[in-house]
Amino acid sequence: MLKCSVGLLALSSLFLSGAAIAQEKIKVGVTATLEGTYTVLGEDGIRGHQTALNVLGKKVGDKELEFIIASTDATPDSAVRAVRKLIEQDKVQILLSPLSGDEGIAVKNFAKTHPELTFINAASGAQETTYVDPAPNFFRYNMDGAQWQVGLGKYAYDEKKYRKIATVGEDYSFIYTQVFGLVLEFCGAGGQVTNRQWVPLGTKDFASVIAALPDDVDAIYLGLGGADAVNFLNQYQQAGGKAHLMGGSIMIDQTILSSKGNAKNALIGTIAASGQADTWEDPGWQKFVKAYQDAFPPNKRFPSPSLLATNYYDSTMALILALRQVNGDLSNNQAKYKEALAKIEIDAPNGKIKLDSNRQAIGTNFVTEVVDDGKGALFSKVVKVIPNVNQTLGYDPAVFAKIGLPSRTVPECKKY
Amino acid sequence: MSVTHDVSVQVHRPASTVERPAARGWPDINNPAAWIVAAILLIMPLIANGFFLIEIFATTLILGTVALSLMFLAGYGGMVSLMQLSIAGFCAYMVAVFGVSGNANISLGWPWWLAVPMALTLAVMFGTLGGALAVRTEGIYTIMITLAIGAAFYYFTNQNWAIFNGHTGINNVSTPRFWGVDWRADIPFYYVVLATAGLCYFAVDYISRAPFGLALQGVRDNPRRMSALGFNVNAHRVAAYAVASFIAGLAGVLQVWNYRQISPGSVSVGACIDILIIAVVGGITRPVGPYIGALVFVLLRTFALDFLVKIGLDGNRFRLLIGLGFLAIVFWSSDGVIGLWQRWRQSQLGEANRQGGGRGHG
Repeated sequence: MLKCSVGLLALSSLFLSGAAIAQEKIKVGVTATLEGTYTVLGEDGIRGHQTALNVLGKKVGDKELEFIIASTDATPDSAVRAVRKLIEQDKVQILLSPLSGDEGIAVKNFAKTHPELTFINAASGAQETTYVDPAPNFFRYNMDGAQWQVGLGKYAYDEKKYRKIATVGEDYSFIYTQVFGLVLEFCGAGGQVTNRQWVPLGTKDFASVIAALPDDVDAIYLGLGGADAVNFLNQYQQAGGKAHLMGGSIMIDQTILSSKGNAKNALIGTIAASGQADTWEDPGWQKFVKAYQDAFPPNKRFPSPSLLATNYYDSTMALILALRQVNGDLSNNQAKYKEALAKIEIDAPNGKIKLDSNRQAIGTNFVTEVVDDGKGALFSKVVKVIPNVNQTLGYDPAVFAKIGLPSRTVPECKKY
Repeated sequence: MSVTHDVSVQVHRPASTVERPAARGWPDINNPAAWIVAAILLIMPLIANGFFLIEIFATTLILGTVALSLMFLAGYGGMVSLMQLSIAGFCAYMVAVFGVSGNANISLGWPWWLAVPMALTLAVMFGTLGGALAVRTEGIYTIMITLAIGAAFYYFTNQNWAIFNGHTGINNVSTPRFWGVDWRADIPFYYVVLATAGLCYFAVDYISRAPFGLALQGVRDNPRRMSALGFNVNAHRVAAYAVASFIAGLAGVLQVWNYRQISPGSVSVGACIDILIIAVVGGITRPVGPYIGALVFVLLRTFALDFLVKIGLDGNRFRLLIGLGFLAIVFWSSDGVIGLWQRWRQSQLGEANRQGGGRGHG
């Protein structure tokens, strides 16, 4: 018994000492989806984050940044748990989190319970996160899913002459936001979206979805990501699918384009839109691609950074640059730092980024087409670059508010 | 089902053991270790900071309470139910739906003292109905039907937007504040959790020795004989499901208050299995087992990643470490951590006491 109580005493003193360590460094917590369907996305996100640290360094004035990474699985619960662990156990002062749409909504809500800390969105892209009841300490330097679709609807209608399309998407907020952006523009131009299918995140068997795809459409839009997208493509190819495809931002992305097997070849010629294009010739982008390629051996990275790597790069960049502007001053509940974050304009590899009054990014969008580089590797080629895309997609805010929040059925297919 | 066959909790001590009446009522009362654990749990806020208090100990107690409801069914009733977490999750969802949350179009905005009893009632109904289905089966079929209910509930919450708000779940669930206390602040919340877990623990401990619990164990060991003696076997089993659902429901309420949000990930099939793992690792012969199992589980889940990184391995493999930990425990002790503890105690007590102190496990 004595032994037992001594052990417990030792244990409790361990807890105490853990709480008492003074902070010499600035601690930053990072979350990424290192488990589940979106594992490859999370891993590449972390690569983008590392690339930013290689380029920018970890020093802010005389302070050193320390990063602590926690893993999630794209569910909101796992994100809240990871963020709580980072705040309460690791005592981080700044968070770079999270990766996925619903995680973003949950973390934004959680951020309100810690108004003294700063939350910088890593890559999540649901519209609701910054559009509905935004948290004053939550900053997002990537565009949302709808902004990432700007240009695609018009291009499909005007250039590709698609008139009727159907969509298949994962059943959660980010893909709703993507389809929202697509439908608004495509239907606004005069097109029709005849069928919207939704599959749960983590679906492995797409047989019934593929069987239910309509034949009388010009193209099928795919809003899938990670393992789901690869599974769909494999099964679609086996089922002999031949339709024209259109892709969402994480569908036409290196996470899919550099997957193994030849199912991805179904994507050659697919048009898509995203916050980046693999073959953009802008020197800033090329420099970033080079930095990414130099940072990791070829078998431990994608041929070119994915959207997630870019997002993590941009958000890490904003985090560090704003921190340097205030010289690492996090006093007074980080008031100065938050102000700097709200004002900062970053010269990101995928175009200039600044924030609106909801602390949501206004940035550049790219319409792309998938090409084969001749050696079997697929890349997204720039078709069109659209600068200054804001969250209301150029609509008058009052009109935009009337459309409603993205969901399975919103927006309706009409001109707003 | 080997999990249940190994179980035979000692209800009556051998007649030769002389005991005082108080000790027979509450066997823990004579056990100094129990007093020390109780005292440490009570003064925990003095020794642990917010993270250990809530993320480790309160979470342990919440998960342990869910696993306790499984232990009650499996240990005393011989029914391994994999839907206990679904019942807890259902109750958590109902608290969010009837109470106040960030999703104003779904939540009805009732005060917590109305929402919680309503949620508990519905959770007990849900669990009892599921139980009524499950009691028609035995062994592996019970596991299958309860797993099916759990999986169906998960996919339903994932795709239903009218009540469960789909994959996003319900965020910003408000927590009770009264008598000038924010009951979700770390220390009050810890005591709320501790009180609830303690209540459930003693309730299960009491029921196991009350006529209902004894009859239930009789049903577990020999349903035919019990039925011949005039007991309604199925009614006892359904009633056990109702009791277990209430316990799981209480844990669900605490769970939603803890994270202030609930979403399908919390009721996934994996999480349902986690509860079984917790119960098996802890041991399902006594009510304290699930709590020990939950502590092991929470510690592994929280620190495995850090541990791997610290010893220079790839942090992504932390699930492997968790799996190995469970394998090790189950391999060396088929009746969980409390089985290990009991065997160690027996070896300390020696041959002389073995007759009296031995617990009948396989």
